[in-house]
Amino acid sequence: MVVLLTACARGEQTTELRFWAMGREAEVVGELIDEFERENPDIKVIVQQIPWTAAHEKLLTAFAADSLPDICQLGNTWLPEFAALDSLQPLQPFVDRSQGIVAEDYFPGILDTNRIDGQLYGVPWYVDTRLVFYRKDLLTAAGIARPPTNWAEWETAMAALKAHGGPRRYAIMLPLNEFEQMLSLLLQQPDPLLRDDGRYGNFESDGARRALAFYANVFAQGWAPPMSETQISNVWDEFFNGLFAFYVSGPWNIREFRKRAPAGLEDSWATAPLPGPNGPGAGIAGGTSLVLFRSSRRQPQAWKLVEFLSRPEIQQRFHAASGNLPPRRSTWQLPALANDPYARAFRDQLERVKPTPKVLEWERIVQELRLTSERVVRGGQPQDAALSALNTRVDAILEKRRWVMDFEAQSEAASP
Amino acid sequence: MNRSLAGWIFAAPALLVLTVFFALPVFASLLLSFTDFDLYALANPQHLRFVGIRNYVELLQMPMFWKALGNTTYFVAVGVPLSIGVSLGAALLLNAPVARAQAVFRTALFAPVVTTLVAVAVIWRYLFHTSYGVVNFGLGSIGIEPIDWLGDPFWAMPTIILLAVWKNFGYNMVILLAGLQAIPNDLYEAARIDGASRWQQLRYITLPMLGPVLLVVGVITIAGYFQLFAEPYVMTRGDPLQSTVSVLYFMFEEGFRWWNLGRASAVAFILFVIVMTITALLMRMGRKKGLV
Repeated sequence: MVVLLTACARGEQTTELRFWAMGREAEVVGELIDEFERENPDIKVIVQQIPWTAAHEKLLTAFAADSLPDICQLGNTWLPEFAALDSLQPLQPFVDRSQGIVAEDYFPGILDTNRIDGQLYGVPWYVDTRLVFYRKDLLTAAGIARPPTNWAEWETAMAALKAHGGPRRYAIMLPLNEFEQMLSLLLQQPDPLLRDDGRYGNFESDGARRALAFYANVFAQGWAPPMSETQISNVWDEFFNGLFAFYVSGPWNIREFRKRAPAGLEDSWATAPLPGPNGPGAGIAGGTSLVLFRSSRRQPQAWKLVEFLSRPEIQQRFHAASGNLPPRRSTWQLPALANDPYARAFRDQLERVKPTPKVLEWERIVQELRLTSERVVRGGQPQDAALSALNTRVDAILEKRRWVMDFEAQSEAASP
Repeated sequence: MNRSLAGWIFAAPALLVLTVFFALPVFASLLLSFTDFDLYALANPQHLRFVGIRNYVELLQMPMFWKALGNTTYFVAVGVPLSIGVSLGAALLLNAPVARAQAVFRTALFAPVVTTLVAVAVIWRYLFHTSYGVVNFGLGSIGIEPIDWLGDPFWAMPTIILLAVWKNFGYNMVILLAGLQAIPNDLYEAARIDGASRWQQLRYITLPMLGPVLLVVGVITIAGYFQLFAEPYVMTRGDPLQSTVSVLYFMFEEGFRWWNLGRASAVAFILFVIVMTITALLMRMGRKKGLV
């Protein structure tokens, strides 16, 4: 009886927070959560692990069924969607009151992905961008002294590598099943990807033509093999076999390359920022954010968890366990990250990352973008025709968005 | 009058269930298929538009829809005969006079039906793994090069068919076994006295007597196989090169990945019409042959 009573009493005091985390992050975060619970004995966090492949469906279904959690890890390209559904809690008031979270400490491109129509909806948790992994020894052998910093140097380097490597070897690997490489090149251009406030595609701009021309030329010259990742049985093995010297990929590969480098080649590789048209270029501002849902009645407690997970020393431990890159400059000043030679290029590029258009159709649009570049490279479609077809399809995808925007404008004009 | 009232009362529970769980959803999805219900409409009901048959017109112009329909037809055309054949073979073996420990075998062969597909899929993915799967190991021992079962667009669907047949044949087997046991033994005795061989007994007694059961099994299996979804969902997610995207998987992606519920409902309705048509044709064929 006494046990029962005390159990009841404690149940009244402790708050149960529901936290949805995805994939590997959910496994790694457990240890940090334990520490959070020790600091806050009145809060109990229930972490639910959701596989990335099912996350989007599960979140939307949960929204429709009104069963969203209190706090969630959300891919930052999904934010516009959940903001459009009006399901996210605006966080600016929380940030204004916060001691630990300083907006200026975050990389501007990453923080920007969390701002939709001027409202802040998420706090960046970790960031993801694509840059160049390269083989130092192969570049040296081909007579290239330092990694390229602009497109012209990159092309020279690729030509030299191909000439030196012979017909069975390539200069670079750009997997055709990924859209990120082409998207990075597009983001380096001054032209926006969509025009008129996201009403129409802008893929026939000069910048888009330049980006596709550069991308297609890499294949046309034979510098890159026209393959998808699945056709290469093991990318890491092939990288160390020397099948290609440049590989455009993300931060998780630092850990993989470290682990898989064969004896004698441990120091043969390095990372470099993505070359741009005229000097170091922009990159994708990917990653995930921590968000609170409007429907939650435990927002103050959930915000405590956001603040905890955003502390530089906690972010550094999260990085050590997961390999994910922290979004705050002060975390990067901690020795473990500041002294990591492979992470340095990421640190550099993170200052230049650019967000993608914040329309909820974006995931569909990048799929079309990938198909377009594949049609040019594999199907030999002329570049101008491919971009024009892409624009037509993107305009069709955005049709509902245009209608909704007009509808909203009209109903606003009608009501005083 | 009283008799017909009693009839209605007896039928009422079934009619109620059919109305609530069948007629209403079908009608609702038909209505939904004439709208563009999507994320915008989910956020604000005022953003819902009535679009007439546009969803259907667009679907019929989408290469991906036709590809999904083609994949599903392939699955049905190969999977259904194979499945019924295996079920019939297993039922005949179980029903053979020489069969021992019938109950044990019946249970064992029925077991895949009641196992969880997700758990089974994990095992199957290992069995069919390219480099260390036992299937390729077996093929390798007789000198066949390893096959990338789930990664090769040519082999992915056959692998899915194998899984589906193995998973489902037990159900039909039990129905067919019941049908076999209902055939009067004196027919076989008479045939034996007339000197009919085993093959002739199967051809002229067993199969004709099983006719109505086979028709039912056929209709159920075809309708079920057209609704292929779980197998590709847990095994391949529609890959490689969309070679295992079925109509229902396509509908799921439209509906729950892109949240185009209007278009997804149109897909569902087209599938409903296809299955209804095929079932009606089968029933008519059966009626002509006097099976129903």
